[in-house]
Amino acid sequence: MSDTLPGLIDFDEVLEKFDPAMGLEVHVELNTNTKMFCGCPTTFGGAPNTQVCPTCLGLPGAMPVVNAKAVESAIRIGLALNCEIAEWCRFARKNYFYPDMPKNFQTSQYDEPIAFDGYLDVDVEGETYRIEIERAHMEEDTGKATHVGGSTGRIHGADYSLIDYNRAGIPLIEIVTRPILGAGEKAPQVARAYVSALRDLIKALGVSDVRMDQGSMRCDVNLSLAPKGSKVLGTRSETKNVNSLRSVERAVRFEMSRHAGVLLSGGSVLQETRHFHEDDGTTSPGREKSDAEDYRYFPEPDLVPVAPSRAWVDELRTTLPEPPAERRARLQASWGYTDLEMRDVINADAIELIEETVAAGAAPQAARKWWLSEISRRANEAGVELASAGVSPAQVAEVQQLIDEGTLNDKLARQVFDGLFAGEGTPAQIIEKRGLALVSDDGPLLTAIEEALAAQPDIADKIRGGNHKAAGAIVGAVMKATRGQADAARVQQLIIEKLA
Amino acid sequence: MPELSRDEVRHLADLARIDLSDAELEHLAPQLNVILESVASIQGVAGDDVVATSHPIPMTNVFRDDVVVPGLTPVQALAGAPAKEDDKFSVPRILGDEQ
Repeated sequence: MSDTLPGLIDFDEVLEKFDPAMGLEVHVELNTNTKMFCGCPTTFGGAPNTQVCPTCLGLPGAMPVVNAKAVESAIRIGLALNCEIAEWCRFARKNYFYPDMPKNFQTSQYDEPIAFDGYLDVDVEGETYRIEIERAHMEEDTGKATHVGGSTGRIHGADYSLIDYNRAGIPLIEIVTRPILGAGEKAPQVARAYVSALRDLIKALGVSDVRMDQGSMRCDVNLSLAPKGSKVLGTRSETKNVNSLRSVERAVRFEMSRHAGVLLSGGSVLQETRHFHEDDGTTSPGREKSDAEDYRYFPEPDLVPVAPSRAWVDELRTTLPEPPAERRARLQASWGYTDLEMRDVINADAIELIEETVAAGAAPQAARKWWLSEISRRANEAGVELASAGVSPAQVAEVQQLIDEGTLNDKLARQVFDGLFAGEGTPAQIIEKRGLALVSDDGPLLTAIEEALAAQPDIADKIRGGNHKAAGAIVGAVMKATRGQADAARVQQLIIEKLA
Repeated sequence: MPELSRDEVRHLADLARIDLSDAELEHLAPQLNVILESVASIQGVAGDDVVATSHPIPMTNVFRDDVVVPGLTPVQALAGAPAKEDDKFSVPRILGDEQ
């Protein structure tokens, strides 16, 4: 998938010679009922071209009208990012010829974003990085193109394309950082932590479902390298549509190694758009931008300016959720986690999952244990986010409750997770189907104990002689006979009682 | 003011997917140049002390409620499409072959 590479440079060597600078552009699809400029619904997954009207199809004479709820959401995002909110701003037409927008322009904002000059603090391994926000502006999403024909099913070499405009006109907020400097070796993690914190913040605001896997949150990663100590930024590449937290981290890391390879071989980095490949974590060159560079922005004459009153802005400020840092501190205190435990939870992106698991009735330590061990391991193996690993917080709480009730032990619980990952149904169904519940009836245990004692009469004698430690061998045999479904403590007790 | 060449007009027509004959190009290119010249004359009037006018009527915050209103059916939406397939608009290949 990759183009011919001049050679990737080992990450440590990159850091010896260069300082990375990053810029992150995140698009967030708002969860309004209707589109940005018309009353069409925004539901995901509708049949093609069933959520369209003359306005979002750009038919002659159709007039756009701004969705009040989208403006409100934009202002709330701006405030949550510590931004200034514009007293007066306009929409602008971004003109380009590409069939994903039937109007031949995208209605966006140009030099007058609704929110600007903010910041978001993110934690990476106990260190706080302040990510400065240059702007957050309102725009509309594009239609979805399917490329038909050609050998790869990709845009290049396709015979023709089919367009569904259901998505065209859905409100988007684009959030752009200032160059992020000084992150050094932590650059990939800082990028990930920023996108993660932004996602959590927007989720808490309730203005988007921020599903990276469904495209309601998308990230473009700009990266450049400068010789170590240099104050001048290098030429940047822009990697488009990096659509998971893990991919954000990998894209930064790959581009750092690639840029270093180009620069150290005496070449110069091209300012270009690149595509990220999930399968191998590489990037390849995208559309040539030379032709489309000039978008001929001009103020949108069909929409009047937006001038949010200070009273409205102040009112919206009172609706903001708890700031992320305060929320983390509160949750840590209520869960009783150590700093180290909490850091692991943050790094694993498990705060929300644990919060929901605890809300569903599990003890905080139990919730942490399952998410950070069993489920993390499987998510890593599958190369997916923890939240997409195939297990829900409610299911984790249910498994833990079964352990607390004595129906399962940890070993059996792991097999229940096997079943959950394999999509075999609810924990109760998996226990039933796989026959996993602990044997709670003493009858079968006593039978197994008798068989084990008969098989090892010398051990039985030792136990009779008062050597209770020797019972371990019998317990082991019983566990084996019951395929791990016995409560070991109960078996031990029964053996002692029997031989006393 | 540089003249708009016939080739540039052809390129614009191509981008806008308007099929123009040579005769039409011959006819339209000079007309577009007249329009550009007329617009250019405004540049002579607008000095640094004149603020760009985008919205002459002093009006702000025209919003609508976030309420769904019925739109078009796919049949209606695609009625004017020159080509369609599976209820989608069919458009010519977007990019050339990968280099």
